[in-house]
Amino acid sequence: MGEAIVVTSGKGGVGKSTTSANVGTALAMTGKKVCLLDTDIGLRNLDVLMGLENRIIYDLVDVIEKSCTLQQALIKDKRCKTLYLLPAAQTKDKSAVDMKQLCWLIAELKETFDYVIVDCPAGIEMGFKNAVSGSDRAIVVTTPENASVRDADRVIGLLEKEEIPQPKLVVNRVRPQMIKEGGMMEIDEVVAVLSIDLLGVIPDDEEVIRSGNLGEPIVLHKKALASKAYQNIARRIQGEAVPLLILEKERTFLRRMKRWLGFT
Amino acid sequence: MGKALKSGVTIKGTKNGLHFLLDETRPFSTILNELKHKLEGSPNIWDGPETHVRIKLGNRQITREEETALRNLFSLRENLIIQSIEASNGKPYLLRNQGINVQAGTVRSGQVLDHRGDLLLLGDVNPGGTVRSTGSIFVLGALRGLGHAGGEGDESAIIAASNLRPTQLRIADVVSRPPDEWTKSEMSGMNFAYLVDGRIVVDKIHHLNRIRPEIEWKENRFRG
Repeated sequence: MGEAIVVTSGKGGVGKSTTSANVGTALAMTGKKVCLLDTDIGLRNLDVLMGLENRIIYDLVDVIEKSCTLQQALIKDKRCKTLYLLPAAQTKDKSAVDMKQLCWLIAELKETFDYVIVDCPAGIEMGFKNAVSGSDRAIVVTTPENASVRDADRVIGLLEKEEIPQPKLVVNRVRPQMIKEGGMMEIDEVVAVLSIDLLGVIPDDEEVIRSGNLGEPIVLHKKALASKAYQNIARRIQGEAVPLLILEKERTFLRRMKRWLGFT
Repeated sequence: MGKALKSGVTIKGTKNGLHFLLDETRPFSTILNELKHKLEGSPNIWDGPETHVRIKLGNRQITREEETALRNLFSLRENLIIQSIEASNGKPYLLRNQGINVQAGTVRSGQVLDHRGDLLLLGDVNPGGTVRSTGSIFVLGALRGLGHAGGEGDESAIIAASNLRPTQLRIADVVSRPPDEWTKSEMSGMNFAYLVDGRIVVDKIHHLNRIRPEIEWKENRFRG
């Protein structure tokens, strides 16, 4: 019996799908059986981030409507043997599925997988409620911006109401340099306001966008800092205590020299 | 002892329904237990047509929490409809402003903590969250959202917080928003807001005894 973890944020565009894709992949890399479940019906994009768009034959709504079996709809990942994706339908909308059906689907997936990562749609309406109702745990994604922290706070309140025990926080798109200059909220401040446990901090990195466009999660590029951050999150989800990454890149002597001479 | 105790809950049937007489001399929790026992036990007595219930508290007054507990007990029996709760001599049955009420937890965006009387909140109020009370509000934590004290017109109510950084403050009918720029003294230490001449003013907590001498704990011989 596995665990269903919903990835949610309230606000759109803070990196729910990117986080789902990367955390799911990172978990699969540790050998766990993982299923990514895209519940953003009508606006699916987890398949694009995973680079599996062209393999979709059946989708979530087909499974719910019983026009195919669950096994038929699951898409095996190109790179990880233990990673599967159940894509959302693009031609329908959120009303195509109700809470009971989604709960059934998640329960069914939990039978075969160690982790079911549920990618939640933005907003706090039906789509959100459906995605949350079937899940055991929750990851709240936010960026260190006021607007997104505000929405995350609202979502945490709603999660408490849904009786999801202790949602965990991922702070995405952190720019250490900007924090230093005082232009961005500090991580401590975000955690203090939201008062939930911090699961991880992801640095803002162009590579994340680049690899997302190529359809391969950044976590596969093991050298990138963001990749390490995602791997750490995967380890923390499995109960390991991993210290937070130091995001600040240490400047090399040459860089410092150049800077001193006024080149960069 | 030796004498058999009189029942704490006496039930009388009248032609207008049932009267529940709750003994005022016993602790309310004992009364509730006894009532629970009576309502839960012997199911067949209570099954029947809809019956109006009048609860008589005698000389006792109860808090809102106690009222909720009482009403919850009666919700066990759907056919019993509480028509009234009354204390003797026409007193209001609800106790007002008895001490201070302690609540813990974060009030998050979109959540509203509504309260009667003075409130001590152990936790933060986040932006978008609201604490509202008919009395004063004390926050042991950060007040970053909306605080509304004296909700029913009590102009002497105050709002104090370990970290007073509200998006908006309201006392009685007066609304105020904090300055766009916070000065250093406003940001550090514990502050409180109060109403003076129809405006909300923020001051350091150690000035409170001067502004509200009636609640100072020691006799002040310079007063007056």
